[in-house]
Amino acid sequence: MADPASAAGGVDLRAAANAALASRWAKPAVFILCLVPLVWTVRLAYTGELGAEPVLESVKVSGLWALRFLLIALALTPLRMLTGVAGLARFRRMLGLFAFFYATVHLSTYVGLDRFFDWAAIWKDIVKRPYITVGMGAFLILTALAATSTDGMVKRLGGRRWRALHKGVFVAGLAACLHFVMLVKGWQTAPLVYALICIGLLAFRRWPIRLGRRKEPRFGTGPVRTSSVRTRPAASPRSGEAPEPRFPDGSSPARRS
Amino acid sequence: MLFKFSAPSQAREDEVTPRDLFLTRRSLMAGGAAAMALGSLPVWSGNALAASFQVPTTIKPADPKFDPTTPMKSATTYNNFYEFGTGKDDPADNAGTLKTRPWEIAIGGEVAKPMTIGIEDLLKFPMEERIYRLRCVEGWSMVIPWVGFSLAELLKRVEPTGNAKYVAFQTLNDPKQMPGLRSWVLDWPYTEGLRLDEAMHPLTMLAVGMYGEVLPNQNGAPIRLVVPWKYGFKSIKSIVRITLVKDQPPTAWNKSQPREYGFYSNVNPEVDHPRWSQATERRVGEFSRRKTLPFNGYGEEVASLYAGMDLKANY
Repeated sequence: MADPASAAGGVDLRAAANAALASRWAKPAVFILCLVPLVWTVRLAYTGELGAEPVLESVKVSGLWALRFLLIALALTPLRMLTGVAGLARFRRMLGLFAFFYATVHLSTYVGLDRFFDWAAIWKDIVKRPYITVGMGAFLILTALAATSTDGMVKRLGGRRWRALHKGVFVAGLAACLHFVMLVKGWQTAPLVYALICIGLLAFRRWPIRLGRRKEPRFGTGPVRTSSVRTRPAASPRSGEAPEPRFPDGSSPARRS
Repeated sequence: MLFKFSAPSQAREDEVTPRDLFLTRRSLMAGGAAAMALGSLPVWSGNALAASFQVPTTIKPADPKFDPTTPMKSATTYNNFYEFGTGKDDPADNAGTLKTRPWEIAIGGEVAKPMTIGIEDLLKFPMEERIYRLRCVEGWSMVIPWVGFSLAELLKRVEPTGNAKYVAFQTLNDPKQMPGLRSWVLDWPYTEGLRLDEAMHPLTMLAVGMYGEVLPNQNGAPIRLVVPWKYGFKSIKSIVRITLVKDQPPTAWNKSQPREYGFYSNVNPEVDHPRWSQATERRVGEFSRRKTLPFNGYGEEVASLYAGMDLKANY
């Protein structure tokens, strides 16, 4: 009854969203959108509007966007399951790679601008400061995931191993949130909100909720629940959903660019 | 920052404007009278709140080329004043709701003459300008020309008794004026403390102005503490209460994270914050880091206060 497609006289939002996301302009548009925070920050730095401490500010801003892109990438699957907009799946790799990109900017500004390549001090930071250790851990995981993000690597590793490795994205997400919570003074609101969102996205994989359907048993032996953490939902034959994707990240080979 | 919670009280500002105006006018008259009585201190211009000070500079860095004064814009837009939010620009954005007139400090505890003193009378103390380095516990620093007077001058008036060993300070605690008080980041009200000899030290001052102007709200108006050899958070802002006490008083950051913020919190490059090194700092406006100096460079004046103390244990 809540299925938008069956709503009498209503616009089929799901189909419209899928059509928009499948357009050949969708990926370039999202790509450019993802670069906006970088361009904007560079612009502010250039005009001297990054505040009294531009070095620390650029470290902060890039780190914040790395975390945001990571959470957006993690939110795509739940969003697809909630809305039935299957077209969202093919943006996961791009958004994940942007999270890695901003994390790289974050690390580079810390190494190059804040510490000015003082490798001894940086190494001391990494081993001595738990929040930096945790942050570096998250970065190493993201590096491994970015390195294995190509179609070729999916084939070389094989679907099962690739999927197991890429579950590491949740560890990276939690580590990034912990890094944020640990580095601020006191218990501040923003890092805790990010951490809650991350935990929520992780919990969704364990206990998925779907809208517009009869309630499925949340506990017990219902068809939704499986014994392991799920990376994607079981294929559904509903109209508007993409055919069973070949690659484990949920994208179909034909749509890959 | 993505999460910025604006004060619901902002919507009510219109309603209270008449009262605001009334108070401003009243303080204008009081301040004007004080200014006339004292000649040039402070000099009030046509606008009541755009007062400026013309006072002698008594303390400045030995080498002003090495310690140039931080631009006023940086010092008034990059602040830690969690009562107005935890972002560095939050205090400048939100502190407009702070009402600095009328304002009183209640001074009591182990004193012979407890008193409540209004800001008008505090402005009558002989003012001087002192250019101090300010080192934040977070690893950045500034050089700021403060206008004010020695805390000792005020404490002498209340005549501390023999029992007074410490001085406890408290910031205003009014959620209507301070939207940040709704967060649980610290156990409000903000409190700080000094040992009596630290409080009486001639470098310890109460500031009512900076850069020759009245203290902006985000910098702790109308009156704040400045202790240049300690990390910035010791220099408590917008003070409403000073209590002389027998035992070491609880302090806000120490209660929150005792391992990270000690009672003394003297600037010390040898003692790391548990989460970062304190060996270096970045002077706001500069690119590369500088070495942090023991006691923020005021060791000659204050090191004797801590003779024989283990500064690693008493961080």
